[in-house]
Order: sequence, then C-alpha cells, then structure tokens
Amino acid sequence: MALVAPTLTYLQLLEAESIHILREVASEFERPVMLYSVGKDSSVMLRLAQKAFYPAPIPFPLLHVDTGFKFREMIEFRDRMAAEVGAELLVWRNESAIAAGTNPIALDTKRCCGLLKTQALLDGLNHYGFNAAFGGARRDEEKSRAKERIYSFRDKAGQWDPKQQRPELWNLYNSRIHPGESIRVFPLSNWTEMDVWQYILQEDIPIVDLYFARERSMFVRGGSLLPIEQSFVARPTERPQVVRSRLRSLGCSPCTGAIRSDADTLPKIIAELLSFRSSERANRAIDHDQDGSMELKKREGYF
Amino acid sequence: MAANDTVLNFEARKPLEGGVEFSLSDFLAEEHARDLLRFSTAGSVDDGKSTLIGRLLYDTQSVYDDQVRSIEGKGTTGAGIFDLALLTDGLRAEREQGITIDVAYRYFSTPNRKFIIADTPGHEQYTRNMATGASTASLAIVLVDARKGVLTQSRRHTCITALLGVRHILVAINKMDLVEYEERVFDSICADFTAFFDQLGDLRPPHLNFVPISALTGDNVVRSTATMPWYAGPSLLELLQSVPAADAGASDSFRFAVQRVLRPDHNFRGFAGQIAAGTIRPGDSIMVLPSRRTSSVRNIVTFDGDLPVAQASQSVTLTLTDELDISRGDLIVSPESPVATTRHLTASLVWMDEKPLDLTRRYLLKHTSRIVQAQVIAIQYSLNVETLERVPAATLNFNDIGMVEIESIQPLTADSYSTNRITGSFVLIDAVTNLTAAAGMVRKMNAEASTTMTNIVTAAHRVERWGHYGAHIHLTGPVDFADAAERALFLRGAFVVRPERPSQETIKGLTAAGALVVTHIISDCQTVTFGNEHAAMTNVDDLLHFLETYSILIRGSKA
Ligand SMILES: Nc1nc2c(ncn2[C@@H]2O[C@H](COP(=O)(O)OP(=O)(O)O)[C@@H](O)[C@H]2O)c(=O)[nH]1
Repeated sequence: MALVAPTLTYLQLLEAESIHILREVASEFERPVMLYSVGKDSSVMLRLAQKAFYPAPIPFPLLHVDTGFKFREMIEFRDRMAAEVGAELLVWRNESAIAAGTNPIALDTKRCCGLLKTQALLDGLNHYGFNAAFGGARRDEEKSRAKERIYSFRDKAGQWDPKQQRPELWNLYNSRIHPGESIRVFPLSNWTEMDVWQYILQEDIPIVDLYFARERSMFVRGGSLLPIEQSFVARPTERPQVVRSRLRSLGCSPCTGAIRSDADTLPKIIAELLSFRSSERANRAIDHDQDGSMELKKREGYF
Repeated sequence: MAANDTVLNFEARKPLEGGVEFSLSDFLAEEHARDLLRFSTAGSVDDGKSTLIGRLLYDTQSVYDDQVRSIEGKGTTGAGIFDLALLTDGLRAEREQGITIDVAYRYFSTPNRKFIIADTPGHEQYTRNMATGASTASLAIVLVDARKGVLTQSRRHTCITALLGVRHILVAINKMDLVEYEERVFDSICADFTAFFDQLGDLRPPHLNFVPISALTGDNVVRSTATMPWYAGPSLLELLQSVPAADAGASDSFRFAVQRVLRPDHNFRGFAGQIAAGTIRPGDSIMVLPSRRTSSVRNIVTFDGDLPVAQASQSVTLTLTDELDISRGDLIVSPESPVATTRHLTASLVWMDEKPLDLTRRYLLKHTSRIVQAQVIAIQYSLNVETLERVPAATLNFNDIGMVEIESIQPLTADSYSTNRITGSFVLIDAVTNLTAAAGMVRKMNAEASTTMTNIVTAAHRVERWGHYGAHIHLTGPVDFADAAERALFLRGAFVVRPERPSQETIKGLTAAGALVVTHIISDCQTVTFGNEHAAMTNVDDLLHFLETYSILIRGSKA
C-alpha cells in the first residue's frame, strides 16, 4: 500500500455526514426543496448541496420565504447565488399580510413572525406540494434545537410534536410519510457556529457583506444598534448615526440588531467569535420575548 | 463542603482577552489537528447527568454568557446560583415535569478534540432514546450516584450501551461530596459494577474506567482536585481526551452503499455514497452486491477534484471502468472479502414502538440505502437487561430487547454488527403507521434454506418476480374503475387475475399461487376491501397506495 489516506479532520467528517443526509433525502422523497434563507448557514448548506450531487446539478429547487423585511443586500445576494450555482429559485411571500401592513411594531414580534414567516412557509410548501424541506438550523443554536432530529417529522398541519419524533440510530433515517405529512431536514444539525465560520473560510464560500464590519448607518438605542432599513423602527427623536458594525445573524431588518465590530475579514470574525461571550441569537428579538419561545414557534410550524 | 463553594460565578471564568494577538494560522492548525469523539451519557433520573454536562460545557467555556444568565436563579438552586442542569434541559414539557425525556445533542471542544455528546434520558420509559444515543457513540459515561450505588437502571444502561457496540465505558461515580469523598464508597461501587460488567460475556466492551466526581462542585470533572487525595487517576475530561478517537475503519475491507446514481449527461455515470469501511483508490477492483458483478474504480469524483485515495466516512462518487447495472441500495465491496448475501439473518432487536412486535406481519427493513420487506419469524429469547437472563418470549414490547430470526423477501447484503456498525445495522419500520418500530443489529447471516438452492420456485421467488404477494382484493365502483385498476396493476408487472365466476376455491388457489385476485361489483362509490381493511378510493393511484400501505404491493419494485 503506497498511499496512506490522511486522517480526516473534524470538518471533513461533518461535511461527509451532511452530504450523506442531502443525498438520502433527494433519493427518497418525491418533492424535496431547500429552504434558502440567504444567511451563512444557508450558504454552507448550498455549497454542501453542490458537493453532494457534483457533477450533476442540485436536484431540487431553493425556496426563500421573503417577509418583505429582508435587507436589500440579502435579496441581491440571493438572486446572484441562485444564478451562480444554477439552482431554481422560488420566492414565497405572504402577500396579503404584507399588504395589510404587518410589521413587528404594529403587532408583536411573535405574531409578525407567525404571519410573515411561519404562515408563509407553510403556504409556500403547500402551494408547491413539497414533502421534504432542508433547513440550515443547528442544534447548538438554542436549547430546544438540541433535541431536534435530523429528520424532523411534521404532521398534516406542518406542526412539530416533540414527543412524536422518531428515533434516529446510526445513519439510518426513516423517510416514510403519509400523504400530506412532511419532514424538515437539518443537514447541519451537528455543526456549531464556529464550525460554520471555519468551513466558510476553508472553502471560500461567498456570504452577504452585512456579516463584515463596515461604517453603517444605525439607530443607536442604549447598547443596541438597529438597522435603518425600515423607518418605522425609529423612535421620534432617534436619528441615524454612522457606526462601525456588522450583523452576526441575518433576519428581518426590524428585528436584527447589529453589533459594534471591527471584524471586516473572515479571520477577524473568527477571532471575534472566540472572544465573544454571547450566543448569536442574542441579538434577535424573536427568541427571548418568551421563555421557550423558539419551542412554541416550532410547534406551530416554524423552522 | 461549604455552600458557597458551589456557587458559580461567571466573572471568574477566564475571559479571552480582546487584545490578545490572534494568529489565525495557529488557530486553524490547531483546529485541523483536532479529532472527534462522540460519547453518550446515561444515568438514572437525578444522578446528576444534566449537571455534569452543564459542568463540562461551562468549564470548557462552551456556553455563552447570555445562556448562563438565562438560567440564573431558576431551577432547584437558589438565587445567584446556577443550576447547571438547566443549560442542557431544553424542552418545555421536560421543564414542567422536571425530567429529561429526549436525546439532546451537545457540543464542546478542547484544544485537541471536539466532542459530540448524546445526552440520553434516564427515565425508563424512554430507554429507546438511550439506544439512539449509543448508536453513534464511541464511549459512554455511565453515571452512578455514590449514595445509591449500582442500580437496576445503571445495569440497564450499561447493557444497552454494550449491545450497541460502544467500546469504552466510563463509570462516573457522582455526588462524592455527599459521601464525604470516601474512598471506601468508591471502591465498593467499583467492585459491584465490575461484577456485573463481567457477566456481560460476549457483549462486554473492551475498555472500562472509573472516576469519582462531584458534578456540582466540579471535583475531578475537568481538573483533579485535592478533595480526594486517594484518587491518583485522571479527571473525567482527561479520560475523555485520552481514549483513542473512533477508528473509522480505514483499514477494514471496503464497503460502500450506493445512495444515488448520478447521471448528469450520457458520458458520466457515477455512484454516490459514503464509505462505510476501508480505503479505495482508482484502479482498485470492486464487486457489486447482490449481483456479484466485478469491475474496477476509474475515478473518485468530488466537487473539489478527483481524489487519489478515499477512506471510511468520506462521501464521494465512484465511476467504474465497466458499464454495470447498479442502483440505489446496491453495495460496492472489495472482491477479496465479499459480504454475505442472504434472506435469513439472526439479529438483536431493540423494540421502540408502543405497538408490540407482530410475528405475523411484514415490516419494512431499512439497511444502508436499501429497503426490503421482512418478517420476524422467531424470537430466540428476550434479554432481561437487569439480570442478563435470557427468557423465552412470545413477542417484544416497547423497550424490550431480544434475539430474533428474520426472513426478508429480497436478499440483504450485510456484515455482522461487531464487524461494522454501518453495514451491520438496520431499522424496522411499520409500513402502516410509518413509525420506526425497532433498531436491529445483525449477529449472524444464515445460509439460505436448502429449498432456495434447488430449482423449486418458492413463494419468495414469485414475490420477487411480480412485485407483490398473493392476495384477494374486492372493489366496488363503476366498471371503468375496476378495468383501470386491473390495467394499472398489469402495467406494473403484477400477476393480476379477474376471475369471471369467483368461487372461494378459485380465489384461494390463485392467491396461494401468488396471484393478485381482483373481484368487483358495480356500485356508485369506489371502495376496496382487503381482509378486514376497507377504504374509499378516489382513483387508481389511491388503490395502489393502499396496496403498498398494506404491503401487498412492494413499493418501488416495478416502474
Ligand atoms: N451534592 C451534589 N448534588 C448534585 C451533584 N450532581 C447533581 N446534583 C444535584 O442532583 C440533582 C439532580 O441533578 P440533575 O443533573 O438534574 O440530574 P439528572 O436527572 O441525572 O439530569 C440536582 O438537584 C443537582 O443539583 C453532585 O455532584 N453533588
């Protein structure tokens, strides 16, 4: 034996596991789709999909649930990436709720998410008849996610019952569902935030520029930096200020806070992450407006 | 131990200095040198499992401050004290009941190793989750409360862990602070446990370690402390760091289950999958099972370029030098050590469904990327996981473990579980409810019964040829419906018969010969009856789906 295979790194093992999952789902479900949220996790998931089926094209479309409050840069990036990888891109919006002026100030964040994200997602999946949807969620993100299966079973109403989840042993996934039921699949389940950043660096994966520190106009409210994309976010006396800042996770502009940062390169982001002492979702309004709020959302059908 | 020694103060955590010069290349080099250890934790309720994991995460700085703050003053501890168990106890239902009810996965790392923890529930009702957590683990921490000693639950956990092929058992004797850190207590628990461990016989994992700890105070969890001078061994984390990482099996015989055939154009035909064992290089000869055709590897194709070599755990795409008919579910192996192909196997089952095992029914058996129909034809014994007694059993109930004989309709190519956890494992799925009914581990691939070696055409051969079992279905509805149903079945290659004057005798004779007998009466509503099952049908697709659901038609067997 001349050639000895080198030991696999932790990232290679994660990558191989995710590719295995992507291939299983694409082969066992009639109508799979990838939920593409434009964030860093979606960017990694999209690259893994390219890898899983290379040299064949990605055998399922991408679906973006657009709340109407996504950053302009996210929308541009989304369209560019879909074209670049040659994937079919579907966009779904809850037009009637958007037309009715739904926003997180008029309603509370919970009901706003319910209409613009959860409802839109369920409607979009129904409209196209998708029965398996990939999501970029990771188990290290939030406590209730730690128990999420890789194949997360949803009933006919798209809802999640933590007690009805199927056991998952080895790398064997049960893909049997009745008509009308569906599964959400999380190929990045075992990745941590740090793994995602390192993989982005190692693989040179494009990400939205909002992740990098730039001089940006923000409303400054106490310790929070609020993007100025939507003017209704501002309180009467607030005026935008230019702050060197970046976003740590990308959501809807009214509910995603920025952080003060000098990290304008991937290595600097990784260094910053190592020194960080709060989790990435801490800057998102949706997770902590109620104890266990993520779990409640998931039961209702949210990712 | 004074109460305030147990108070965790996160200001005391060593912060990473913001101004420290950061060398990315050093950091990445360190990252790349890291290997991976998956371990599971098991213990009875209240042994301190959640506290221990919270402690490991906290002391290795794997939790963020907002997560720590969010649990301050909650749980069973007082204000200002962090109940570390809350860092890992996620679900609302659990918080309400105050118990852990589902497997939770946790992540932390040290400079030389990344860890994935499968935190499995201690409640007896959820034993199936313990098997789930252990299925991918290389090591298991069995937690024992120093005040209680080795309980039936500890034995149960150890047995399940051993059954699932975990090679390292680390017994953490917890709450040493409540027994005055006494060596005597530790020693007697070690002796008790070892006695039980030795009874495991064949299943006995090769490595066993003991460590006395206090999850609450942190003694011997991350660092050794002065509280137990009589213990000279490594701390729990030191043990976790020192056991060899999972041997992925790069030196074993090559095993590769085809997940998908990639055919982007007429020139390319690649077989995508994850290598289950062994190492492969272009030019290596291979054998495809179950067809036993041989060829050799042309290229190992990946998005990042063709590889000169690939090994166990990698997901790759193989192209071959010959045009072989290969599809999803086939196994590509090294021709020097082919895998046994048979329809008869002996296996351990962990029953995971509330509906008990039914020996008269067929289940779907998923093994690697292949799904076949299978029936459990006999139960050799059920294992009492507390006493390790083998008891005769008529069925297996929720959480039972047994040794069974399985007969599958289509042949399976499998290794024994002790040889390979991927090619030696399977799950049984209830085809009606779609629930995962059991986890299986192949113990023995048995030779085909002698009849199949002769020229006699067996029922199984017929099923394989026609893609369905012999059965009688009765339809109501317009004549068109019955005609369309017959045609659809015929096009699928079914041996479908519509007798003109169907006597009971004719029907019986035909179904015994493997035919799908269709009888019909004209009516306004379209329905189907099969045995005691009765359902309304909107169209022929519904009917086909019904027949698949009741395992009459074999799903996907014919286009
Ligand atoms: N004194 C003492 N108490 C402990 C120790 N470990 C856990 N506990 C306590 O035991 C109780 C049960 O712990 P928990 O981690 O929730 O147990 P689990 O059910 O196994 O997850 C809690 O009140 C803990 O604070 C220990 O080492 N010493």
